[in-house]
Parts: sequence; structure tokens; C-alpha cells
Amino acid sequence: MGETGTLKRTPLFEKHREAGAKLVPFAGWEMPVQYAGIRAEHTAVRGRAGVFDVSHMGEIETTGPGAADLLQRLLSNDVAKLAVGGAQYSVLCREDGGILDDLFTYRLGEDRYLTVTNAANHEKDLAWFQASADGFDCEVADHLHDYAMLAVQGPDARRIVGDLADGDLPARFRTADVGVAGVPVLVCGTGYTGEDGVELLIRPDGAETVWDALLTAGVDPVGLGARDTLRLEVCFHLYGNDMDESRNAIEAGLGWCCKEDTGFIGADVVRDARLEGTAEALVPFVLTGPGIARQGNPVAGGGVITSGTLSPCLEIGIGMAYLPVARAIPGTPFEIDVRGKTRPAEVRTKPLYAKET
Amino acid sequence: MADASYPDDLKYHPEHDWARIEGDTAVLGITWYAQDSLGEIVFFDPPKVGATVTKDESYAEVESVKAVSDVIAPLSGEVVEVNEALSNSPEHINDDPYGGGWLVKVRLADPSEVDALLDAGAYQELLGG
Repeated sequence: MGETGTLKRTPLFEKHREAGAKLVPFAGWEMPVQYAGIRAEHTAVRGRAGVFDVSHMGEIETTGPGAADLLQRLLSNDVAKLAVGGAQYSVLCREDGGILDDLFTYRLGEDRYLTVTNAANHEKDLAWFQASADGFDCEVADHLHDYAMLAVQGPDARRIVGDLADGDLPARFRTADVGVAGVPVLVCGTGYTGEDGVELLIRPDGAETVWDALLTAGVDPVGLGARDTLRLEVCFHLYGNDMDESRNAIEAGLGWCCKEDTGFIGADVVRDARLEGTAEALVPFVLTGPGIARQGNPVAGGGVITSGTLSPCLEIGIGMAYLPVARAIPGTPFEIDVRGKTRPAEVRTKPLYAKET
Repeated sequence: MADASYPDDLKYHPEHDWARIEGDTAVLGITWYAQDSLGEIVFFDPPKVGATVTKDESYAEVESVKAVSDVIAPLSGEVVEVNEALSNSPEHINDDPYGGGWLVKVRLADPSEVDALLDAGAYQELLGG
């Protein structure tokens, strides 16, 4: 996976040490998995506000008169619908429909787009973008090392970032250039927790200033451990777990971000899968008894668990699984082989966790 | 979470388990180091009373939010009691690994196996401290 022995460190590495993080290798980076503890951090994000260092995520900038056309060819969503200052989720597919990555793309200007990649896929995505760019009047540039990225998430996140900002924060799925703690930041109304909040793209040399200001304002540092439990409670996909190159967007439940009429690479396969159906479908589930299912656990009668954890909010085992479509229906009971023990489970609807209103 | 400690009255297995010898029975658990490495424990899957445990082999599982880990038996014997309180409160393993976080009590098959275990000093040396 491109690891050369030395792990990369984000501009906030020393800050993580100061905050008492447990640091682990993740996709070639040395990243904080937890600080105070996964459950306390999870609860902080659901109840107040937490900040995640996600600077390991990559950025690809596509610029020029042909940028929109190239992205329309690469990305599954309808890039023509992406307004300046907007954000759009999509998948990147191979010709055979296999998913290469899932991505957020921000339109920063008339001919300027920034696409955020998963750390483990960045080099692969960049090569795919560059290999596809022939004949398009645009430039594809790697901006991995030009940004630190912080996600500030939780019911209090916008208020706290807003108090540190010198301008208005963008609405959900919008972006804005705003000074935060005196540092120029590209603020994006996106996140991966099911809570309101923003993601901040920051020059690396400004990251510590913003981090310190957030912690001083009472935001808790949150590691990758709680990032996983938070996203799984609201059934957001994790690349490498819930989809990969062997799955297409329809079976992964991502047909909503595929607009086949745009002619993106893989569109024909996605169209066929949508019309003809797939053998399996990704579903959320809960365990109806004790235990925790994990990635790779087989399902009795066919299927496999792709993500599994204990839900800190629901206090039961939850996860996502591919099941044969006949059983991929909410309310259907099924059994998981968890290291030789049969654990009963039930298909549910997404999200598994929703805030009481 | 409690501070690191390795009581002198316990025997230790290099796979980070402890045994409190009480005549021909022993109470078993995991060490402070083990629970700290795992993080917050959210599930303990105990063996059944009457089950046989074998020294150096897995007899139970503990799970943190992120991962599952086998628990290795420091001694052989038959399970005579399991810590039922852990089914509702597995966090006792973190909070009090040598007290409320005990896992099982076994009747020893071969008390001489105790001789092969480490004392607190030797175990801490193994941990590099």
C-alpha cells in the first residue's frame, strides 16, 4: 500500500501527543486513534462538539476550461449541477463499475475543483485522474501536502467555529473562504458523523493555530476510533470496508449519487445493475443478542459483514453487511458466524441512530 | 482508568494474564497492561461453568470498541465460576482489573503449573519496565 517503512505525519502530530493521543499506523500515516477514550469522544460529538484531524485525506485539484468535462467523465454524480461554492459526493468507478473511491468534490471557482480522496486511495486516484485527462483542456494537480484538514462536528460545532470566524460559515454542502482564528480557511459544510458541523481545509502552517483555538473553545479532540463508530451509527460508507473495486455502486447502495446519463466511466455497468438488479445489497443491521460482529464475519446462507462495532449510543452491536437481495429487507432476521459462534441479527433501515427530536 | 499496577500476590503469564492462587483453585484475569492496550472493553464472552481451560490456550474473548482479543489461560483446570457482573458491566475489567474485573475461577488440574508463571517483578521486566 505504498508504505515505505516510515509513516507520514500530519502537521498536528505534536499536538496529538500533547493531547495524550494513542497513535497508530493508518493507511501509511501515524494517526490518533483515541485520546480520552472512544466512548467519551463519541459522546462529545453527539452532545457538544469534537475535532478530528483528517489531514491524511488527499486533495486533487482540477483546473481549466476542460475541468468540468473531465470530472463529468470521472465522477458518478452530475458535475454540471455543482455550482461555484458547492459540494458534491460521488464515486469514482472503473470501466467495469468497480468502485475506486468515494469522494467529495468542491467547486472553488468557475474552472477550479478540489476533490478530497481517501488516504489509502490517493495515489491510485491521482494516477486515474491523470491517465484520464488526455484530451481535456485542464490540469490535474496533487495537493496532498498543501492542506491540513480538520473536521469539527457536533451540535455546538458551527457556533464555536462561527465565534472564531471573521465571516459567515457556509450552509450544508456549500463552501466559503473564511478566516478562522486569524488563519485563512476553506470552510466546507460537510462531515462524516451525522451531526451538523464543518470541515476546514487549512494551509499546513496554520493548522496548529486553528487546532489550539478550537480546543481552547472547548472542542474535544476525537480520534479515528470514534470517527468509525460515529459514521457507522448513521450508515456512512467506509471505503475498503463497505465497498471496493469488487463492488458496484448499486449493490453498495450508492445509486443515488450515480447519474448514468452523464456518461461517466462505468456508467453502462451501473445502468445495467440498476435495471437488472444485483445478487447482493449492502444493508445496515443490529445484533439482536450479545456480541459484536466484525468485518469479514460470514453470514449463514450467504453474505458477509463489511463493518461492525459496538454502538456507543445504542449500546448494541451494529454494522453493515452484504446480503442476498431476497433477504436484504428491513426486519429480516439472519445469523452471523462470529468466530465460530452464531449471533442473531436483523436487517434495519438507515440510519441506525437518529437523534431524538 | 486506574494507574498501572502489578500486585505482588499474583502470578503472571507472558500473554498478559494473571492468576490468584487460592489452594487448589485460582481466580484468573487480564493484567493492567492488557486492558490498557485494548482500551475500553465493551464485551466479555465467558466460557461456561464446567468448561475445561488449558494453559497457554484461549478460553474467552474480550472486545474493545475496535477489536476482539483472545484471553489466554495461565493455568489448566475446570471453570467453577464466571464473573456474571461483567455481562452488564465489562468496564470493570478496565476500572479494576485485579478486583471487580476478574474473569473466571478454575479448579486447577495441575497445581505444579503455577511454578512456570512469572512473579510481579519478572512480568514487569517482560513489559520493559
